[in-house]
Amino acid sequence: MKINNVILQAVTKIAVFIILTLAVYLFLSGHNSPGGGFIGGLVLATAFVLLFIVFDIETVQKAIPFDFKRVAALGAFLAVGTGFGSLLFGEPFLSQSFGYFDLPIFGKTELATVTIFEAGVALVVVGVVVTIILSISEDV
Amino acid sequence: MIEIMLMTSIALFGVAIAIALFRIVFGPSLPDRVIALDMIGVNLVSGIAIISVMLRTKAFLEVILILAVLTFISTIAFSKYIERGVIIERKRDS
Repeated sequence: MKINNVILQAVTKIAVFIILTLAVYLFLSGHNSPGGGFIGGLVLATAFVLLFIVFDIETVQKAIPFDFKRVAALGAFLAVGTGFGSLLFGEPFLSQSFGYFDLPIFGKTELATVTIFEAGVALVVVGVVVTIILSISEDV
Repeated sequence: MIEIMLMTSIALFGVAIAIALFRIVFGPSLPDRVIALDMIGVNLVSGIAIISVMLRTKAFLEVILILAVLTFISTIAFSKYIERGVIIERKRDS
């Protein structure tokens, strides 16, 4: 039986971009307001899960050719690598620093190295959550 | 005056959530429970918005967005489970 779900697919193509924008906003606002790498990664994984539900696995993996286990491994490497990067400057493990820069559009902006660590955390969360959901949705 | 209105609306949203909870527990069929879950999500979003107005803060707006997204996706997943039996399928047959 052929099921017509063109409304759901048309809504999803717009709603996924809203969810991705929310994920990026939550990721970037994590310094002194609610948000951060973990929550941004979870919302990002939510967008991928919505795509996997509405379309099927093969279509999405043709459009997004990532192996999500490797994404999780890359994120863990990035997070631990920033931790060891502070050892090069004679600081303790996982020391962070920040500075103020004058960017062309944004003006005076605070840039911190915590963002790289948070990016690693977000990649780990995306990879692990999508891998878990794809694993438990496999047919027996 | 507006405090009384906001408190009354929060109480009414609580009553609506209680009614939906009754429908979840004693619902005769699965689509009744799914619709009741969606109704609880919408009422929670409205209640959080009213609490955010009462406390005069903007800290709860992310909560509203994330709760709306999760309610949307859970309703879609339950509907697809009812309609097709699987939630994430390997290859579409249509």
